[in-house]
Amino acid sequence: MSVVTKIVRAQTRDALRSRWLIVYATFFFLLTEGVIRFSGDGAKAILTLSSATLIVVPLVTLVLSTIHVYNAREFTELLLAQPIRRSVLFKGLYLGLALPLAAGFIAGVSLPFLLHGGGDPAYRAAMITLVATGTALTFIFTAISFSIALFAEDRLRGLGIALGVWLLVGLLYDGLVLVAVALFADYPIERPILALTFANPVDLARVLLLLKLDVAALMGYTGAVFQRVFSGPLGPSLAAGMLGLWIAVPLAVGARQFRRKDF
Amino acid sequence: MIEISKLTKRFGDHEVLRGVDLTVDRGRVMGIVGPNGAGKTTLIKTLLGLCQPTSGDILLDGRTILGQEAYRAHIGYMPQIARFPENLTALELFDMVRDLRGTPGVLDASLLRGFALESQLDKPLRVLSGGTRQKVNACLALLFQPSLLVLDEPTAGLDPLSSAILKDRLLSLRGEGVTVLVASHIMSELEELCDDVAFLLDGVTRFAGPIGELTSMTRQGTLERAIAALMIREVA
Repeated sequence: MSVVTKIVRAQTRDALRSRWLIVYATFFFLLTEGVIRFSGDGAKAILTLSSATLIVVPLVTLVLSTIHVYNAREFTELLLAQPIRRSVLFKGLYLGLALPLAAGFIAGVSLPFLLHGGGDPAYRAAMITLVATGTALTFIFTAISFSIALFAEDRLRGLGIALGVWLLVGLLYDGLVLVAVALFADYPIERPILALTFANPVDLARVLLLLKLDVAALMGYTGAVFQRVFSGPLGPSLAAGMLGLWIAVPLAVGARQFRRKDF
Repeated sequence: MIEISKLTKRFGDHEVLRGVDLTVDRGRVMGIVGPNGAGKTTLIKTLLGLCQPTSGDILLDGRTILGQEAYRAHIGYMPQIARFPENLTALELFDMVRDLRGTPGVLDASLLRGFALESQLDKPLRVLSGGTRQKVNACLALLFQPSLLVLDEPTAGLDPLSSAILKDRLLSLRGEGVTVLVASHIMSELEELCDDVAFLLDGVTRFAGPIGELTSMTRQGTLERAIAALMIREVA
């Protein structure tokens, strides 16, 4: 068994007993159960869950991960004093945090559907996309949290940056894009707008989900442009690929910071 | 044997270590003293590879440690603040580090007995008191029969009895040929434990050698007085 797996196993054992992870999973369980009871297990339910996922997963992941990295600072130093390579330790610490968070989300959202007989078969693909997208967001924002916590020595400052990132990508972004559209209304701006979608993982996730669900509501401006340009199978795979890049890049940045940091 | 030569470390504009030279012979216990901000912790962290020095070198038994990690298999480290994963038990913590190292470390029976720690080992670490966590910390540092022990304020938070037990164990380990580095502010404790002492001030070693040499040089009766005399001389 590799050293990474060993670190992940121990970290996961710790995380699975954490109160916050249980609260997080329970939240998604109750939300999903409630949505299924009120609006059935079809498109409407998945749409509601999508909106919640796009807001809650980045927020909870950023806050819990950032706090965790600061709290684990002394223990990380103890692990660094063991005969382990830093890059290996980083992988272990990252997966040891991202995997339990993803598991909490997946369990919370999937269990009610399984209990209700698997959900509407017509929307099963959309359901799977929802779970996959939420999982991707978890991996993305865990990586960003590591990067923030390694960058800012002060934990309050780090938490402030994390919340700032969430406000920007989760809430303000589409508004800013609209302002840009209004300002440059006389120019051909479809391609720059597409680039803006790629620059925000939450926007990308939204586009991916809504392309799968084929609904224009909640699309946002960037989503509407995206759908027009990438109708057909190219759109979703491009968005998914970009989400993958959004995991890889912050993770590479975080690993580099971790390798060079003076603890 | 540890040979530290011309070690410097700069954090931005601030030069914490400004050319530290220090040699610690095998089987010796060396205390590292100095006022706050003198560079004690940075020196220890550089030795452990937590910090990369700006320049200079550290040799362990003749081989550089910079950029290496295997040498840490021979080091036991007891940090000043003991914070562990909250929801694991001490036994799970020991198992985790054993697993990572890939070696079956043996818990130090005399420490376990002296600390009366057995009954605490299967409780989550978060419910243990600060002093009990410090005992777990000590057991973890001794888990793999290290040939070099690095201790940062080891008795902080320990009750007098546990503190005495730890010091006795350190002295018996010295008898077995283990090299020990202790950073501490408690001079009486260092006097009890150490053969040698290194006095750091403003990132430079101002004295390094046997305690007796320092006290006779400064014509003082105790280590505390001798260090105080050195500090007054440096400031004047």
